[in-house]
Order: sequence, then C-alpha cells, then structure tokens
Amino acid sequence: MKHVQLPEVTKTVRSKNAGIDQITFDIVFSEREIYEYVKEHQLLTEERVLSKFNFSKESIDVFVYFDPAQAVKFTIDRRHPNGSPGEHDLYGAQQYPPLFDITLSLPDRIVESNA
Amino acid sequence: MTTVKIINPTGHLATVPFEEESFWKGVEREPDFICADSGSNDIGPQPFGSDTSISPASWQKHDLELMLRASRELDVPMIVGSAADTGTDRGVDQFVEFIHEIAAEQQLDEFKLSAIYSEVTPEVLVERIDGGEVVEGLNGRQSLTRETVDNTEHVLAAMGVDPYIEALEAGADVIIAGRSVDAALFAAPAIWSGIPENVAYISGKIMECASLLAEPFAGKETVLGTLTEDDVVFEAMSDYQRVTPESLANHAMYERADPFIETVPRGELNMQGCDYISVDDERARVTGAEFTPAEQQTIKLEGAGKVGERYMMITGIRDPYIIDNLDEALEMSRDNVEKQLDVDEYELHYHVYGQDGVMGDFEPSEETPHEVGIVVEGIAPTAEDAEEVTMRAGMSFFYLRLPEIKGTGGTAAFISDEAMPAQPAYTWSINHVIDVDDPVELQDIEYHSVGGGSA
Repeated sequence: MKHVQLPEVTKTVRSKNAGIDQITFDIVFSEREIYEYVKEHQLLTEERVLSKFNFSKESIDVFVYFDPAQAVKFTIDRRHPNGSPGEHDLYGAQQYPPLFDITLSLPDRIVESNA
Repeated sequence: MTTVKIINPTGHLATVPFEEESFWKGVEREPDFICADSGSNDIGPQPFGSDTSISPASWQKHDLELMLRASRELDVPMIVGSAADTGTDRGVDQFVEFIHEIAAEQQLDEFKLSAIYSEVTPEVLVERIDGGEVVEGLNGRQSLTRETVDNTEHVLAAMGVDPYIEALEAGADVIIAGRSVDAALFAAPAIWSGIPENVAYISGKIMECASLLAEPFAGKETVLGTLTEDDVVFEAMSDYQRVTPESLANHAMYERADPFIETVPRGELNMQGCDYISVDDERARVTGAEFTPAEQQTIKLEGAGKVGERYMMITGIRDPYIIDNLDEALEMSRDNVEKQLDVDEYELHYHVYGQDGVMGDFEPSEETPHEVGIVVEGIAPTAEDAEEVTMRAGMSFFYLRLPEIKGTGGTAAFISDEAMPAQPAYTWSINHVIDVDDPVELQDIEYHSVGGGSA
C-alpha cells in the first residue's frame, strides 16, 4: 500500500457558495481508477472530512460520490448567509485547504499505473 | 426533428468584458437565440440592498452592444436575465436605456424590446401575509413577517421560464429581464421552440456559466448548445477550449449543493440518470435528465436589508507575546468600546489574518503565526458612531495593557492612523418561497419599440 496526499491524486479541490446559505466542496480525482477505489472502500466519508474541519456533523447537508465527474461532493450550512456582517469569505472560495491534509492508502499497483 | 441552437458569451455579464473572437465564431454558427445571465446572489447582499451594480457601465454596454448587434444581424432574439447584477427594477431600466442608446448609435432598424420586472412591492407581500398566507423561509428561516418585509430594501421574485415565453410569444426581439432562475433564460426559448422541459432545463443549468463548462479553465468565452428532443450537445467557440464528458459533469455540480436535484418554479429537474457522453475531441453531450412538474408552482423571493453604516481599521501585530495572548487582547478591545463609549447600538467583528481570518470558526489549524493582521469591522446606525466604535476598538491594540508587555512604545503597527469608511453593512433578510397560481403574477412585462429612428 502507498500513502498519498489528496493533492497528489486530485485535479480539483474547491469550495464555493451554493446559494446564500451553504458552501459546497468538490474533490475531483485525476484518474477514474483511483476514484473507483476510493468510492468502493469509502476512503472519504463525512467523518473523515469532519475531522479536518471545525464544523459540526449537523451542518453537513449533502455528502455524495458523483460518478460522472469522478468527484466527492459535500455541502455544509453556513453559520450566516453570505455577505453578513463579519463575513470571512464572501464567495466561500477559500475553505477547502484543510482537505489537503487527507492521506489515502492505495494499493501500489493503482498508484503506479496512474502515476 | 426540432433543433435549437443557443450561444452564451458570458457566465455573468460585465464582471469582465467578454471575449469577442469566440463570440463572433458563435454567431457564425447561426444560433437561434443569444442568451446571457447578468446577475447572481453570490456577490452578497450589499448590491441588492443598496440597489447598485458591481460592474462598470462601460463593460455593461460593451457586452450588451455585441449581443445586440449580433441579434439584429441574424434577426434572432437576444435574452438577458437578472439585469445589472441585481435584477432589480433599476437594473432592468439601466439595461433598457443602454439598448436604446446602442440602437441609436448603431442606427439599427426597428425592433421589439420586452422589459420584464421582478421586484415585488412590499404591499403585495404584506397583503398576502395579513390574509393568512404562510410564505415559508428556506434553510431554517422563520416564515415571512411584515417586519421582515419592512426591513428589506428590495424584494425580488426569481422568475422561471413563463414570463420569458410570454414575451417571446408576443414577438420580442430583445428581452431584458429582472431577477431570474439562471437556467430559465436558456430553458425558456428552448421550451418555446418545442424542446421538452428535461432537455431545456439541463441545457440551461449547464450552459448558464458559458465557458466554465469547457476545459481548460476560461471565464469569458462563448459556448454553443445544440438542443434536440433527446439531448444537448455542447461546443466551445474558443480555439483553446474543448468540451468533454468530465468538463460537463464537473460544471453540472459547480456551485450546487446537490449534484442530482434542482428545483425551478415549474418543477424539479432530476439529473440522477444523466449520461455525459463524448461526441468527438471537441464536443460532448448530455442525455437522461428527467423533469417532474410541480403540483403547485413556487417562486423564490430574495432581498437584503441594511444593518448599519460601517467602518474598518487595519492593525498589524508582530510581538509573539501578544500573539500568544490574542484572545485577551481582543477582549480588551471589546471592553474598551463597551465601557468607554456612549454608543447604544453597534456591532464589532474582528478579522484576524494569520490565525482564522479566512475560515473563522471552521479553522482547524492551531499553529502560531509570527505576525497577525487584524481588520476591525464596526457597524452602527450612523456613520459617526460606526467610525467612533471602529477607531476605539482598533486603537486599543496600540495601547494594550497586558502584564508582561516589553514593547511600551506601542503594541500595534498601523499603515495610517485612521478608520476607513466601507460600504454599509447589509444582510440577506428574505430567502423565502411563495406559491404562485399564475406563473407570471409576480412579474410585470412591458413592450417598447426601439430603433428605426424611433425615440
């Protein structure tokens, strides 16, 4: 097994507003084989993601594996609608970096054949 | 078989002027409609509350002029929704005026313009609430009250396809519309032309951000959607972009809470069964969307209310001892304002860059930075009070009386000794859903004759 950091196997890791009350995160894998393995073994879950951020389980509204884009998507409720007094990130665009810290254990052959 | 071609040059009109080269390539393909979205609540409540545009007039006119010239050359309808960033009545009027100006400058032959307004007067809502109607709030908001309506500057009803279809039916060549569901301004001409709703809505949903549906990333290039009864094929008009199944699927989930379901006034679009298929190296298509009409049509209401006048002050801190005791320093700042100022009503927010300025409460990192930048944000009913609150809170960092302070010359670094006026603070006060029996009941549709030497 090889341990890889999320940025090594993804082409997009982003966050953005989904309407005024929510922020949605997309993790798009570079290679379909890696995505399928991650999905089959549930290497990314709500709990895994929660452990990287400081938000509550109740605030996760959506968590799905979206096959057509070979991506994991999850959506959280904002504490306040976008642009309220005290806003930290109007577009919700810079909330994803803690995801970079995620390490995935993948079989050697999958890592090698998708290098 | 019915085929409808639509081009879209920009995901949000005039945030940056759109690219001309790919636009004219799109025009060469002889589309049936030229459509662009011009607004978004992404920009926050401030433009909606103050009823102002975020884009300069010159860029707005640039984009409108290109679209109008192409529309009149091809004699096909041009459609712009959520006009001038907010889709308020002011936004519609602003764009209508530009259309008149451009028509005169370009000496265009006479054409029919439709202006569709979607601001809801407070009286209309209050009457319905007083009559016992429950207007439900989204995401845990309480149902609409008279008080909330009173505290909102402009209430907008995000229109679906029906007002657009009515205008097209009446022969409109140019439609300038107020706040709309993004997909509607693309779905409407498709539905009007005989394309089934499932294809119409999935097309609108994917193409409303224009070249973001293609790869590599580009913001303001034109895309072409070719719709039939069964599918929609997308193509990028710029020569450095191409459309793939992945780029389409990637975009289909962009800025959406849920990649599978989308609600529009007429009903629900279900994308669970969608297939994203390659056509060739440059193009890809989507099939398999399902549309379920709603038993009761609903429209989303949006609006922003003013919180107060606002000032900001920037201060920098480099002393590690203070940074280690930052919570106490922030507490002292708050205390100073509370105890020393005679201001009744105010709000104070601290943005601590280097610590959690970007993520706020979500920030997991506990690393200690070597410096922090603190932006103090002070809000109060009057500018005078807002400035005073902000200055007092900001200045307190300079005079921190922490027990073991060594830096007695001053405990903060300023660029200049001032609190800076900012735009007033607003908040989204209305994000609700209202039933409509007549799908155009909340919109006003007007028709003008433009061009041909007419005034």
